[in-house]
Amino acid sequence: MSSSLDIPPASSAVTRTKAKIGVRTLRTDKWWVMPLVTVIVLVSFIAYSTWRAFMNKYYFSEPLISPFYSPCLSDACPPEATLFGWTPFPSNMLGFTISPALFILVFPLGFRLTCYYYRKAYFRSFWQSPPACAVAEPHKKYTGETRFPLILNNSHRWFFYAGLVFNVILTYDALIAFRNADGAWGHMSVGTLVLLANAAFLWMYSLSCHSCRHAMGGRLKHFSKHPVRYKAWTWISKINPHHPRFAWISLFGVALADFYVYLVASDTITNFYFF
Amino acid sequence: MGYKAKFKIWRGDNGDGELVDYAVEVNEGEVVLDVLHRVQAEQANDLAIRWNCKAGKCGSCSAEVNGKPRLMCMTRMNTFEETDTITVTPLRAFPVIRDLVTDVSFNYEKAREVPAFSPPVGLKPGEFRMEQDDVQRSQEFRKCIECFLCQNTCHAVRDHEENKQYFAGPRVLMRVAELDMHPLDTLDRKKTAQDDLGLGYCNITKCCTEVCPEHIKITDNALIPLKERVADVKYDPVRWLGSKIGVRKSDNA
Repeated sequence: MSSSLDIPPASSAVTRTKAKIGVRTLRTDKWWVMPLVTVIVLVSFIAYSTWRAFMNKYYFSEPLISPFYSPCLSDACPPEATLFGWTPFPSNMLGFTISPALFILVFPLGFRLTCYYYRKAYFRSFWQSPPACAVAEPHKKYTGETRFPLILNNSHRWFFYAGLVFNVILTYDALIAFRNADGAWGHMSVGTLVLLANAAFLWMYSLSCHSCRHAMGGRLKHFSKHPVRYKAWTWISKINPHHPRFAWISLFGVALADFYVYLVASDTITNFYFF
Repeated sequence: MGYKAKFKIWRGDNGDGELVDYAVEVNEGEVVLDVLHRVQAEQANDLAIRWNCKAGKCGSCSAEVNGKPRLMCMTRMNTFEETDTITVTPLRAFPVIRDLVTDVSFNYEKAREVPAFSPPVGLKPGEFRMEQDDVQRSQEFRKCIECFLCQNTCHAVRDHEENKQYFAGPRVLMRVAELDMHPLDTLDRKKTAQDDLGLGYCNITKCCTEVCPEHIKITDNALIPLKERVADVKYDPVRWLGSKIGVRKSDNA
């Protein structure tokens, strides 16, 4: 006997289809705010950093160097701004003047582009894939990170390792900022604090990275056989949930540090010395 | 104090259907599932709902409430304003059987594609010995109640039906991660995860984590570690070279 309550069993040969609801989402909250804010902030940062990277001046004022230009590897860099005088790149190529920033920015840029947190941020906000959970994306086709170019996101660990080298250099920059403009040690200025904070934020961003967590111990099957790595993994696992916060703070930090050096180097402000 | 709430409930069969309006009494302390049961009892006896424990532990009453994938039994009515119209639809990634009940067999089919736990040859059940530190990490994944909200929310299949043949979804890949981290599992599951179960389709947008009613950090603790493990064997030429010339020890360390 059939009734309106008869439900075909799950194993029946009936071809079922998804509910035809006809709207992109039924969410009633402001799901579009976060992607919008992300786009505004990231576009602002990209615009600022592009402007500064191509400016090719106001990046050094003894003892401060902008993080956008460190290490300064071009032969146009002031000798005091270079890393032990090492300048492997020419300042002029094929008739074009090349800003020293352009030789190095690929590394921090690559680190952030392939970062597991920023992937979420830009896939949601720029590519809208998806813009928010349970909000349909506008694309007809989706292959994720299975093919070029997005498969290159699997190279994150290499940019992480490069990022560590940059962190060491920027920490060194902060330490040598405990000098005055004449090179004498034992002084500290607002610029010193700015560079120190920038280096600290970058270290926290790098150490809370998922690739770091994996390299420290995440790849192991037997934590009990590797107690030191297990300790390191446990500690990184504690800061790893804050990785998005460090991602944003360090992004603002590096831009603000650069802007401070710009203001000092362009004689807009004076670098105040505490002692 | 009770009040009359406005509900829109998707009613239909095999995909075709519509949102039907109901005005229904709501009392203090109730959840969406309580209200739907009142609709079922008083206004629509043939309303189909899948439910069981009413305690957020069986994973049966998954649906979408105001567009958000939720367990209906864990969605409290006092999180809405009395003037709100509450829309309840079936999970949008799976075929509808009737009303709010969907056919979730996709998830079981994909789960069957994961090779079973493979202990060392000769080690019999009862002889398994392992340290708590070695299994603790993946015990988080055992909290899964198989509500399939993560599978439903992942845009890789929710918005792209054609990807269901390639992508197993977060719940299934979390199982792969659990087994790959297991100290006694002997299979190398990394290439299977990437090549057969479609880990590359995951773009880390974390919706699976956002909707998990058990608050399992699916993305951070299962999918990203699995992606890193895959990178070890497929996208890391230095590790590959190291393993070939014997500098690197086995991944089963």
